Amino acid sequence: MREQFPFFTQHPNLVYLDTAATSQKPQAVLDALTAYYTQDNANVHRGLYRLAYSTTERYEAAREAVAAFVNAEHAEEIVFTRGTTESLNLVAQSFGPLAVQPGDEILVSAAEHHSNFIPWQQLAAARGARFVVAPPTPLGDTDPAALAALITPRTKLLAVAQVTNVSGGLVPVRRLADQVHAQGGFVVVDGAQSTPHMPVDVQAMGADFFAFSGHKVYGPTGIGALYGRAELLDQMPPVQFGGEMIDEVTDAKSTWAPVPLKFEAGTPNIAGAFGLAAAVAFLQAQDWSTVRAREDRLVRRLRAALAAIDGVTVYGTAQSLGIVSFNLTGVHPHDLATFLDEQDIAVRAGHHCAQPLMARLGVPATVRASFGLYSTEQDVDRLATAVAEARGYFLGTD
Amino acid sequence: MGLTRLDQLYRQVILDEAYHPRHHGKLAKPTHEITVRNPSCGDVLTLQLQVSDGKVVDAAFAGSGCTISQASGSLMTDRIIGETPQSVLDLVGQFSELVIEGEVADEDALGDAAILKGVHQFPARVKCATLAWKAAAQALTKGAEHD
Repeated sequence: MREQFPFFTQHPNLVYLDTAATSQKPQAVLDALTAYYTQDNANVHRGLYRLAYSTTERYEAAREAVAAFVNAEHAEEIVFTRGTTESLNLVAQSFGPLAVQPGDEILVSAAEHHSNFIPWQQLAAARGARFVVAPPTPLGDTDPAALAALITPRTKLLAVAQVTNVSGGLVPVRRLADQVHAQGGFVVVDGAQSTPHMPVDVQAMGADFFAFSGHKVYGPTGIGALYGRAELLDQMPPVQFGGEMIDEVTDAKSTWAPVPLKFEAGTPNIAGAFGLAAAVAFLQAQDWSTVRAREDRLVRRLRAALAAIDGVTVYGTAQSLGIVSFNLTGVHPHDLATFLDEQDIAVRAGHHCAQPLMARLGVPATVRASFGLYSTEQDVDRLATAVAEARGYFLGTD
Repeated sequence: MGLTRLDQLYRQVILDEAYHPRHHGKLAKPTHEITVRNPSCGDVLTLQLQVSDGKVVDAAFAGSGCTISQASGSLMTDRIIGETPQSVLDLVGQFSELVIEGEVADEDALGDAAILKGVHQFPARVKCATLAWKAAAQALTKGAEHD
């Protein structure tokens, strides 16, 4: 597996444990980017010459590939965006005012990433709605029971990450979605951390909207997708105006292209879409049960090794998907991360864009190790050994 | 292993300074107070100054942070007591230059705080080192005066 990622040839000694922030890219994705720029570079949905036409067809084929990846019913239900953040903001800005009226409630978990928290907080404030934040589990995961208990007839939107970005817990979206739908509400799912680790099915989970990022599923940065149910996307106004998204423009007024183009103003990230299609193909070629078993083994191995070190608190559970967050008592996460970096071990230390969660855990930050398809047991062992050494370095041995 | 570089960053005096910081807490009669954040790590630092007769007569900092930011808060408060606001601003500039460039014209002027020089080898940690110093500059230039 590792040999498919040229990055590791450049960094043979690096232990890269920050895949939840961004994944490394397989050769197939790099090749797709190069092929676009060397062979297919033409703008889409504009030119009448053959090259422009065939590039447009390939761009739309990328949309079909993404639709299949998340099991959308129609390719038109996929809007290309810059990534999860833009996807979620698009829903908040365009669908939010249609769905949320004064006095309504928007429900989120305190374990959400800021990008699935702030847009809803701002929407609630703008609409005079209540922003309801469900408490997390003591280990820093979304608590489905706490969310379920807060769903009311006023809950117009539930925004939830399928897998949380700090602790890696899997949320049973379908059960919550059924409950929200029964009350007449809608469900927005942040799939940024689930799509790299498991097959997703937007229809089976009952998502009205589903967002994910290309760069976390081994694709390029600057490209992502929003899935929205066709009948909802149809009703929604565009939030950006310009080329490609119109039907007719006169001095007096404009009308819009059908979905999804009405949400893709301006020249899109064509190379990114090609790269994302290659990444999706790369992921679909994996045997998911093998991937899951491997990543679960790495998570359990790391959790066990860390738990054996005096003063280490490990968040999440053994069921976490590819993510292990922890703290070492008496050593600030930044100091620990610098110590690890000196041994060529790359982890994330900080609040992980989840300050409401950090506040509830009572810590300013955590250290997070996250796995990808290329992660190995050797990576895990080097990290655990270094954490034990850091304890001695900063706190002295006992 | 690269621990030589690490040892320069985490010299024993710096660890001592961080784990037993001076001037940590609150002042009885602050004239200036400011809270600053390092958004990349979530660290929060509240700095209080008491300025009278054109001099910083006392200083204290509170909040949690990494070894570097805590040691820096301790060294900064200790260094600026007794200085005029203008010389504090000069010291802030010199300290920033030292931890970014690794050298500064008058290193001795910074006193003990110069032991944080090793931070310049760790660009990602420069903000940890400068947080308290930036707070002092902000408190003296635009921080709300109490009385």
